[in-house]
Amino acid sequence: MTAVDLGLPSLGGLDLVPTDDAPQKAKDFKSDQEVRWCPGCGDYVVLNAMQSFLPSLGLKRENIVFISGIGCSSRFPYYMNTYGMHSIHGRAPAIATGLAVSRPDLSVWVVTGDGDALSIGGNHLIHALRRNVNLKILLFNNRIYGLTKGQYSPTSETGKLTKSTPMGSLDHPFNPLSLAIGAEATFVARTLDNDRAQLTSILTAAAQHRGSALVEIYQNCPIFNDGAFDVLKEPGEKEQRLIPLEEGKPIRFGPESEFGVVRTDFGGFEVAKVSEVGEDRVVVHDPTINDPSYAFALSRLSTQDLAHTVTGVYRNVQRPTYDDQARQQVAAAAETKPPNLQALLNGNDTWTVG
Amino acid sequence: MRERDHQSMSTSVNGGGRATQVTKLDRVVIRFAGDSGDGMQLTGDRFTSEAAAFGNDLATLPNFPAEIRAPAGTLPGVSSFQIHFADYDILTPGDRPDVLVAMNPAALKANIGELPVGGMLIVNTDEFSKRNLTKVGYDADPLEDDSLSNFQVHRVAMATLTQGALADTGLSKKDAERCKNMFALGLLSWMYHRPSEGTERFLREKFARKPDIAEANILAFRAGWNYGETTEAFAVTYEVPPAEFPPGTYRQITGNAALAYGIVAAGQCSKLPVLLGAYPITPASDILHELSKHKNFGITTVQAEDEIAGIGAALGASYGGSLGVTTTSGPGIALKSETIGLAVMAELPLLIIDVQRGGPSTGLPTKTEQADLLLAMFGRNGESPVPIVAPNSPGDCFDAVIDATRIALKYRTPVMLLSDGAIANGSEPWLIPRAENLPDLSVTFASEPNALDGSDEHWPYVRDTETLAREWAIPGTPGLQHRIGGLEKADGKGSISYDPDNHDRMVRLRQAKIDGIDVPDLVVEDPSGDARVLVLGWGSSYGPIGAGCRRVRAEGMAIAQAHLRHLNPFPANLGEVLNRYDRVVVPEMNMGQLALLLRGKYLVDVRSYTKVAGLPFKAEELQHVFTEHVEGVRA
Repeated sequence: MTAVDLGLPSLGGLDLVPTDDAPQKAKDFKSDQEVRWCPGCGDYVVLNAMQSFLPSLGLKRENIVFISGIGCSSRFPYYMNTYGMHSIHGRAPAIATGLAVSRPDLSVWVVTGDGDALSIGGNHLIHALRRNVNLKILLFNNRIYGLTKGQYSPTSETGKLTKSTPMGSLDHPFNPLSLAIGAEATFVARTLDNDRAQLTSILTAAAQHRGSALVEIYQNCPIFNDGAFDVLKEPGEKEQRLIPLEEGKPIRFGPESEFGVVRTDFGGFEVAKVSEVGEDRVVVHDPTINDPSYAFALSRLSTQDLAHTVTGVYRNVQRPTYDDQARQQVAAAAETKPPNLQALLNGNDTWTVG
Repeated sequence: MRERDHQSMSTSVNGGGRATQVTKLDRVVIRFAGDSGDGMQLTGDRFTSEAAAFGNDLATLPNFPAEIRAPAGTLPGVSSFQIHFADYDILTPGDRPDVLVAMNPAALKANIGELPVGGMLIVNTDEFSKRNLTKVGYDADPLEDDSLSNFQVHRVAMATLTQGALADTGLSKKDAERCKNMFALGLLSWMYHRPSEGTERFLREKFARKPDIAEANILAFRAGWNYGETTEAFAVTYEVPPAEFPPGTYRQITGNAALAYGIVAAGQCSKLPVLLGAYPITPASDILHELSKHKNFGITTVQAEDEIAGIGAALGASYGGSLGVTTTSGPGIALKSETIGLAVMAELPLLIIDVQRGGPSTGLPTKTEQADLLLAMFGRNGESPVPIVAPNSPGDCFDAVIDATRIALKYRTPVMLLSDGAIANGSEPWLIPRAENLPDLSVTFASEPNALDGSDEHWPYVRDTETLAREWAIPGTPGLQHRIGGLEKADGKGSISYDPDNHDRMVRLRQAKIDGIDVPDLVVEDPSGDARVLVLGWGSSYGPIGAGCRRVRAEGMAIAQAHLRHLNPFPANLGEVLNRYDRVVVPEMNMGQLALLLRGKYLVDVRSYTKVAGLPFKAEELQHVFTEHVEGVRA
């Protein structure tokens, strides 16, 4: 089989979505449905951040769609005064793909969780990412199954004690960002539910990106996995563990910025004391590096014990999107060969009777 | 008109060359059989096109293994193509071949049992080596002993003759030998007075990038033709005059092509873009292939990562205001079930095409069966009614898609279309519809708030009082923002509702919507008007059932035939029709699935006749079954 060069479309993530001239407020995006997450759930924070952030995009509300799967986070669309579909377990990326391909005028968001996206829906996630469909996927990771009342998830740490694993879970967890980067996702980021500023800036960058964007949000489940991310939130601890990324800046962290990320002999990254290795060796973050090995190496700094957790935009590169190209093929075909139903039905070999 | 036995009607002497007797026949069944790699499907296809171009009525039955190239020369590797062509309207690909072309010992062994005494056997002798004979369990060469003495056997060294004809082309012996199927086609084309221009043109187009291969195939085709004309091996040639068809323009069409064209037409008739989400699966993949060629009609084809994603993408597109379509076979339906349930709950239009094959599990991928009826009917969790439409022949697939689309759009529901392997790959002449006569399927999207409390909201589950369909409010419509999903919704407003009475009401509303679908009455064919036995079928068994009934009537007995296009809901007059007859016989290529539905719904003691052999019913077999029932009622 021969390959065809399909050309590079160069659009922003929202360039085909109509904008609203009237100013919008967060409350415009609140639906009349009572929010029914547990008190203290991290989902509230993300919902509020989303409702406050969307007015900044200035899009027509009716051109925004949230598609979700199944799980606590997947109730999200009910609370947004936009269009929305609460679909079935794991399939939101597939449904959103059909919508995004057929409707370039929509800003399509997928809301999913660690079980929904990485367990039952793992296949759809990686394929949406490799195709680079213009979707924004928000992966709420609480490292537990909440809606089914507390079984371990594909991101739970090994040895997790839950109702279904009284002697400890055996599965090695996914690193969701390694998975996404392995699928060559074009936009990959991570943030925490309590970091409103970083969450908002990542959502903005994801929305502007043309193509699939995966945003992993560490989110606390106060009922079945409370405090799972406390070490990343507590003063004194978090400075030792969080490695925030900023484009164009050396990757440094620590209470005194004493640590930095440096290259290993094997092409990966490791954490070192800057005073010991020298400032020159500290990696300067560039999310636009096309080779996914760079972002992948960054993702490997995050371990399941949360000793280090990298946050921010890992990867933001351009690649033609599946949906733009699919529409381009349809348009090009119609231009080359205007549709003629009768000619199609007739075909090349006909005979006439009478 | 009845399904007649073939007979000679007149003889004459051929004009040119040596004197050859010409026998006129009203119908002939030819079966080409060879190794999977011998090109039997192509040979059959070309002979079919020649018969169609000549004006015969025809029906075909390709029969091939699931393996692309099973071990050469073995019984599992045999591929065959049967064509039945006639000077009158025929209904089936024929029970048994009149002529068997066997390209190797395996093809002979696998098919000789179906050749009736006196039938013609044309054998490619080049493959009858000791090794090849042993491979399929022949102790002695059947061409040498008298085991074939009941047949008219023509021994032709097709490979040698083909290689000889191509000696000057510079082609390797192996490449030359591969053209032997065209030699066979040429010989049969001569024998049945078929036009040859179409085949030569076809070969030039097919091998446009390899002109030397095209010429080699044409040379082989002519060599086969000339072999028939110049050798004295064949004393008789045959003529099957053109059939009388209703006036109009015709073409030959397979079921899968008709489904694809139906989808294109459905998009045009509804003025909606079409999105096909599909995962390759035998025997449905050709629909994906065909539609992918017609993007110029506003058709997007998404080859998804799996069956679930295929229907997911289609449903997503439907949600956005496209005509969402997914195509698959039984194993794919099993995987799509949960999404079909979501479409039932979300009440969105969706076209689901199941080209049934032998099951369960992977089953018989290339063979036919009708065993997905109950899967289509009930194969989902909860009360999840889905309309079911079934085409009865290859050409009928086109009309069935248009009808299924009408139901999906009008009633905002997923619709299941049940084709099968026999229809998908079989072909027949097709009276080409006039595009301007196709129905208008255009839809109106919601544009205004519809809240029953007078507010300015959109309530997604407010229903049309006549059809019970909800409005189709697509994203991008200002002021109608709303949320749908798989959780139970409050009647009207559409918020999440766990209210017991509301759930009971919604279950009944969804059922009532499907039960109320506008379906034409069942038409019964009973020429004498005296029948006491009704044969009721559905799907691809239409041809064999009709042929069986013709045979019964030709014996002077009365029998009525009716065929269901709509399996859910059933036609409103079905109960009355069933009760009109002393006995109802239901032949199915399953274990009695329609019979179960009929018994359950109408309390009628229908007589099931079932067979699950991976092949269509034979007319003769059904004739016997029907005769027994007619006689049983008399007694």
